[in-house]
Amino acid sequence: MNDIRHLQETPADSAVADAGKETLLELKGISKSFGTTDVLKDIDLSIERGEFITFLGASGCGKTTTLRIIAGLEMPDKGQVILEGRDVTMLEPHQRDVNTVFQNYALFPHMNVEANIGYGLRIRKVPKNEIREKVKKMLDLVQLSGYEKRMPSELSGGQKQRVAIARSLINSPKLLLLDEPLGALDLKLRRAMQTELKRLQKKLGITFLYITHDQEEAINMSDRIVVMRDGQFEQIGTPDEIYNRPKTSYVADFVGNANIISGVVEHIGEELTDIRVNNCLITAGTADGLKKGGRAVVAVRRENIKVCRECKKGLPAVITDKSFNAGQLHMAFKLEDGREVVASHYGIDTDLTVDQKVCVGWEPQHAVFVDLEDTQEA
Amino acid sequence: MEKKKRSGLFLTVAPLYIFTLVFVAGPLLYMIALSFATNSDGWGTLWKFTLENYKKIADPVYLKSFSQSFQLAFTSTICITLLGYPFGYFMAKQSAKWKKRIMLLIMVPFWTSSLIRMYGWIILLQAKGVFNTLLVKLGIIEEPLKILYSYPAVVIGMIYALLPFMVLSVYSSVEKMDWSLVEAARDLGASRAKAFLTITLKLTLPGLLTGVILSFVPSMGLFFIADILGGNKIVLVGSVIQDQLTRGSNWPFAAALAVVLMVLTSIMIYLYRKITHVKDLEGFF
Repeated sequence: MNDIRHLQETPADSAVADAGKETLLELKGISKSFGTTDVLKDIDLSIERGEFITFLGASGCGKTTTLRIIAGLEMPDKGQVILEGRDVTMLEPHQRDVNTVFQNYALFPHMNVEANIGYGLRIRKVPKNEIREKVKKMLDLVQLSGYEKRMPSELSGGQKQRVAIARSLINSPKLLLLDEPLGALDLKLRRAMQTELKRLQKKLGITFLYITHDQEEAINMSDRIVVMRDGQFEQIGTPDEIYNRPKTSYVADFVGNANIISGVVEHIGEELTDIRVNNCLITAGTADGLKKGGRAVVAVRRENIKVCRECKKGLPAVITDKSFNAGQLHMAFKLEDGREVVASHYGIDTDLTVDQKVCVGWEPQHAVFVDLEDTQEA
Repeated sequence: MEKKKRSGLFLTVAPLYIFTLVFVAGPLLYMIALSFATNSDGWGTLWKFTLENYKKIADPVYLKSFSQSFQLAFTSTICITLLGYPFGYFMAKQSAKWKKRIMLLIMVPFWTSSLIRMYGWIILLQAKGVFNTLLVKLGIIEEPLKILYSYPAVVIGMIYALLPFMVLSVYSSVEKMDWSLVEAARDLGASRAKAFLTITLKLTLPGLLTGVILSFVPSMGLFFIADILGGNKIVLVGSVIQDQLTRGSNWPFAAALAVVLMVLTSIMIYLYRKITHVKDLEGFF
C-alpha cells in the first residue's frame, strides 16, 4: 500500500493493456432505499482494472449513493460489493483500498496543504520523512509545488480540487471515486481540469469511477459510460455507443439532446423503413424487432434535422422560436400534433422567420431506433 | 453625504457605548479606586490612599480562600467538561425535533432562581433525602451517604449550575461541523476513534474551550453554592467578599479582594488561551 513506484512515470498505456480484461470491482444485485424511496434497484456492474468509467445521470438518479456504497460510507440493503474477488460489503470505509474525491473537496480546514495530503499516510504511521517526500511528489504531480504551507482557505477552487485529488492518490488506491469533482468550477477551468484528470489517470493507471451529470464531461473523459436513471442502469457503453447508438429515448435525449419522434411502422424494406407520423411518411434505417403495424420510436439529433420550405418527405411544422447562441442557430418547431422538434445548425439562415410553415426531415441514416424492447410489446 | 452617514452610524451605536461606560467601566473604576481607600471606623469610607487592603490579603486565612476557590473551580470545570462535551455532541446529532425538546429541558431550570434550585439539592442530598432513601431501598448501600455539606456536594452543585453553558457552547460548534470531513477522514484510512480525535475534536475545540471559560470563571465566584451545600467547610473568595461587604462592613477590603480575584482570573484565561492557541472562541471574545 505504501508503494508509490507505480505513481511514477511508468508508461501507463502498457499497464492498461496488460490489465486488459481483469475485473477490479463487481457490484452484485445492489439495492438501497431511504425510507420509502427506492434509490437503487438491483444493480449489477463490473469494472475493469485501469478503466475510466463514468456514471452519468440527472440528480437523484442514485449515482452518488452507488459511489458511497462502494466507498463504504453507506451500507446496501441487499447485494454485494466485491473488490479484487474479496467481498467488502461489510467492511468499514477505512478497511477498503478505495479513496474518494468529494464534491465539496472536504479538505480539512485546520490543516495546511502538506498535512491534508499526508493525512492518509500519517494515519498509517508512515515515517515522517517518507511522508514529506511523497507529499512533494504528489504536489509535483498535481502541479502545486510550493503550496505546502498554504491553508485550504487560501486556495482557489481549482487548487483545492488538486489538493483533494492528491490527498486521495497518495494512498495508491485500487479505485479512485470522484463525485462530481468539477461541479463547482467555472466552465474554462472545468475543461482544463478534465484534460488534467484524464492525463493523471493515464499516467498512474489507477481505475477512476467518475460521477457527473454533464454529458460533455462524460463523453470527453470516459472509456465507458453508465447512464443511470431512477436507480437503474439505462445503458452501459463506450462514449461512441452512448452518443451514436442510444438504446432508449431517455439516453438519446439526455446524452445527445436528440428529438424523439414516434409513429407506426408502415413498410419494412431491405435498407429502409417507412414510418407513419401524423399521416406523413418518414424514413429511417432498419433494426431488429420492428414489426409492420407496430409502434416505432426514432431519435434524431438536433444537428441532423433538415429544414425545407416544400419537400416531399418530411413533417409539416411551424417555426416557434429562433435564436442564435454560441455560433449556432437554434430553431424550435411545432409539429401538427403539438410535439416539439429542435434543430441546431452553424451559420444563420435569414430567410426563415417565426410562424413560417415549413417541413422538417432528416437523412434515413441519422434516425436511430430507440426503446425497441418497449415497442415490441405495444 | 458621507459625513451624514457616519454621524448616523454613530448615533445608532452610541447607546451601546453609553451603556458600557455607565454600567461596566464606571463600576469597575469605582471598585479599583475603592480598593485603595481607607476603611473608616464608623460608617462609610475615607478617601485616603492606602495599600493596607492589599497587604491584608497576604494573611494565610485569605490566601487559603483563594487557593480553595481555584481548586474547586478546576475540579468543577474538569467534571463539567467530561460530562458536557459528550452531552453537547450527542445533542447536536439528534433530529431537529429532539434538539428542540432537549434545548427546552436545558432552559427550563433557568426560569427559577438558582438560589432556590440549590436549596432543592439539599432535599435531594440530605441523609434522609431522595438519593439516599432510593439507594438504601434498592440495597446498594446500607447506611445513608454523607454527601450533603461535603466537598462532593459543592462540586455537584457547581456541575448542576454550570453544565448548561458547556453543553450549549459544545452543541453550537458540533452543530456547525461539516460531517463530510469525517467521512473524508474515514475514507482516507482513519478508524472512527482516529477520525474523532483528528477531525471532530479539533474542529469543535473552540466550543469546548469557550465552555471551559464559561464554567471556570463563574465557578470562581458562585460562593452561595459552597455556602448552601458545603456547610462552612469551604470558604471561597466570594464568601469572604460578601462577608466584608455586609457583616464586616469593610468595603475597601472587599474591593481589594475582588480586584485580586479579577486579575488572577484574567491571567488564567490569558495563559489558557496562550496554551491552547485558540484565537476564535465560539461566539465570544
